Amino acid sequence: MTRLVVFAWGNPSRGDDALGPEFLQRAEVMAPPAPHDVEFVTDFQLQPEHCTDLAGRDLALFVDASREAPAPFAFGAVAPARDRTFTSHAMSPGALLAAYGEAFGQPPPPAFVLAIRGERFELGAPMGATTREHLRQAVAFYERLLADIGAEAWRSAVRTNPDPA
Amino acid sequence: MTRAGETAAHPENLRRVVIDPVSRVEGHGKVTLLLDADNRVRQARLHIVEFRGFEKFVQGRPYWEVPVLVQRLCGICPVSHHLAASKAMDMIVGATELTPTADKMRRLLHFGQILQSHALHFFYLAAPDLLFGFDAAVAKRNIVAVAAAHPGLAKQGVLLRKYGQEVIRVTSGKRVHGSCAIPGGVNKHLSAEERDYLLADVDRAVLWSHEAVALIKRMYGERKDFHNGFGYFRSAYLGLVRGDGALDFYHGGLRARTADGDTIFDHVDYATYWDHIFEVTRTWSYMKFPYLRALGPEAGWYRVGPLARINNCAFIPTPLADAERVAFREFDHGSATHANLAYHWTRMIEMLHAAEGIRDLLADPDLLGNDLVVTGTRALRGVGVIEAPRGTLIHHYRINEDEQIVRANLIVSTTHNNEAMNEAVRQVAMQYLDGNEVTEPLLNHIEVAIRAYDPCLSCATHALGQMPLEVELVDAAGRRVDVLRRDSDGTVSHPAAHDR
Repeated sequence: MTRLVVFAWGNPSRGDDALGPEFLQRAEVMAPPAPHDVEFVTDFQLQPEHCTDLAGRDLALFVDASREAPAPFAFGAVAPARDRTFTSHAMSPGALLAAYGEAFGQPPPPAFVLAIRGERFELGAPMGATTREHLRQAVAFYERLLADIGAEAWRSAVRTNPDPA
Repeated sequence: MTRAGETAAHPENLRRVVIDPVSRVEGHGKVTLLLDADNRVRQARLHIVEFRGFEKFVQGRPYWEVPVLVQRLCGICPVSHHLAASKAMDMIVGATELTPTADKMRRLLHFGQILQSHALHFFYLAAPDLLFGFDAAVAKRNIVAVAAAHPGLAKQGVLLRKYGQEVIRVTSGKRVHGSCAIPGGVNKHLSAEERDYLLADVDRAVLWSHEAVALIKRMYGERKDFHNGFGYFRSAYLGLVRGDGALDFYHGGLRARTADGDTIFDHVDYATYWDHIFEVTRTWSYMKFPYLRALGPEAGWYRVGPLARINNCAFIPTPLADAERVAFREFDHGSATHANLAYHWTRMIEMLHAAEGIRDLLADPDLLGNDLVVTGTRALRGVGVIEAPRGTLIHHYRINEDEQIVRANLIVSTTHNNEAMNEAVRQVAMQYLDGNEVTEPLLNHIEVAIRAYDPCLSCATHALGQMPLEVELVDAAGRRVDVLRRDSDGTVSHPAAHDR
C-alpha cells in the first residue's frame, strides 16, 4: 500500500493561478486503486506547516501553475533543496521537503512535481482556454499515474517536455 | 510630502541601485537608491505595487459575498480581510452588537490568524537575521542554520504555525477559503469536540510562545546598541484600543499618539476614520501615503503594527503578555520603544497574547452557543477595522439599493507603514551604504529594515520558478552599468553585458 499526499495550490481568483485548486477538484473524485490511499491538501501557497502533511506518507505529488514549464505540463522528481524560498512566506516544493527533514529529523518521502503551464495571473481574471486544455491533459496524465502508484513507476514517467496527449 | 534624503537636488546626475524584488517580503517590491558619482546615497525609495484592480473585482457583487470574496485578495492574510469585510457588512445589515457567540468565534479566528502569522515571520523570516547577523552568508541566514544552532526551534516554529492554522480551520470550517463570519454574525459555533481538540495543544502553544519572547529578548539585548540604532527614527503610532485602553486586535476605537506619547486623538469611532486619516499619492509609487489630518501631510505619517500597538495600549489583558509588555517598555530605560527591530520583539509579545487569548476563549462556554446572527436597520455604507498581524486594516464599502457593491476602499497595514518603511530604507542606506560599493550584505541590511514591518505586497499570485532578486546599477543617462542577480536557488550571477 502506498500512502500518497497530493498538494495542489494557488489562488482561484487569479486567472491561471487557479490551476492547482482546479486540478485538485478533478483529482479528488478519482478513486485510487486498492489498497492505495490518497490525501489531498490545498492552500493559497505552500507554507512551512505543510511539512506536517508529509508525515506518514510514502509519496508526495506537488501540483502548481508554472510560467516556465513547457506546455501543457512538465512532470519530474524533486529533491530537498535549501533554496531562498526556505525563508519566504511562499515555499518551493524542494524547500518544503528540506523543512520536513530539519523539523522532524528524518528524510521526506520521494516527491514529484506536476507543473502545469499558465499564462495569466491577474486578480479577477478567468482561467484562459489554452490553460484549460493544459489542465485537461494534466488531469489525464495524473489518471495514468494513479494506475501505477509508486516512486519507481513515476520516475519512469518523468517528462519535462511532454507531447500533447 | 517630501523629506530629507527622499528627493535629490539634481537627480539627473545620480546613478540608481535597484533591488527587485525584495526577498523574504511578500509580493514584489523594488528598492531604488540613487547614488551620486561618489557612491553617496541621495535618494532612497521603496516602490510597492498595491492591490490594484480590487475595486473592479468587487464592484457589482452582492454585499453578502464580500467577506468570502476578499479572502482571495491575499494568500497570506485572508482571515484578516475576511474579518474586516465582515465587520463592514455588520454595519450594512445594522448589526450594531453581535451575539456573545459570534463575537467570540470571530475573536478566536483572529487570534489563530495572529498566532500563525507571527510564528511564521519570526521563526522563518526574522530569526535567521537576528541569530547570525545581517552580513552573514545567505546560506547561513535561513531556518536550516537556525535549526542547527537551536535544535527544536524549527519544529516549534512549524508546530506553532500549524496550531494557529488549526484554530482557523476548526473555527471557519475549512483549512482555506473557510467562512466563519457572515454579515451580522457567524455561521457556526464550536462543538465540544472541536473545543477539546484545540485545548489539547493550547498550553504548549502558550509555553513555546513565551519561550519565543525570551529568545528575542535575549537576542535583542545581546546587541542592544546595534539593534536599537539600526535605521533608527521616531514616529507617531496608530491603532485600535479597547474602551479601557487595553490591546484589542478585533475591535475598539482608534488611538493616535506622538512619538513622545502625547494623545493626538483617542477612542475615535473607526467609521469616521476619513475625518482623521487622509491619503496622498506620489508620482514614483503606486501605493498611497496616509497621514493624520491633525498633523498635516508633512509631519502626519505614523507607524502601525506590533510596535505601534504595544506602545499605544495601556495594558494587555492577559498576564504573561502584559508582563512582557512592561519588560519591553522598561528595557534599557525605554531605548527600544522606537527601534525598527523592536517590531520583532513586540511581534512575539503579541504572539504570546494570542496564545493566551485562545486558551482563555476555549474555556468560555459562549463559544458553544447557538445564537449566531443579529440584524437591524439596513445601511448603504459600512466600515470595518481590525488590527491585522501587520497593523490596522480598514475596509470601507458603499452599496446601492440593489445591495450591490458600488465602491470600495481599503487601507491595508502595509500602506499605513509606507512612509515608515521608506524612512527605514533611507536611514539604513545613509547609515550603511554611503561611500561603499554595493554588496550583497549591504543590500541585505536594507531588506532587513523592510522585513521588520513584515510588509505584504500584493502577494496572492505565485507560480513555480519565480523569486529572483536582481540588483542593477543605472547611470544618469538611464543605462544599466551593472547587474547582480540572485535566483531562487540562491545562485548569484553577473549576467553578461550583452544580456542586460
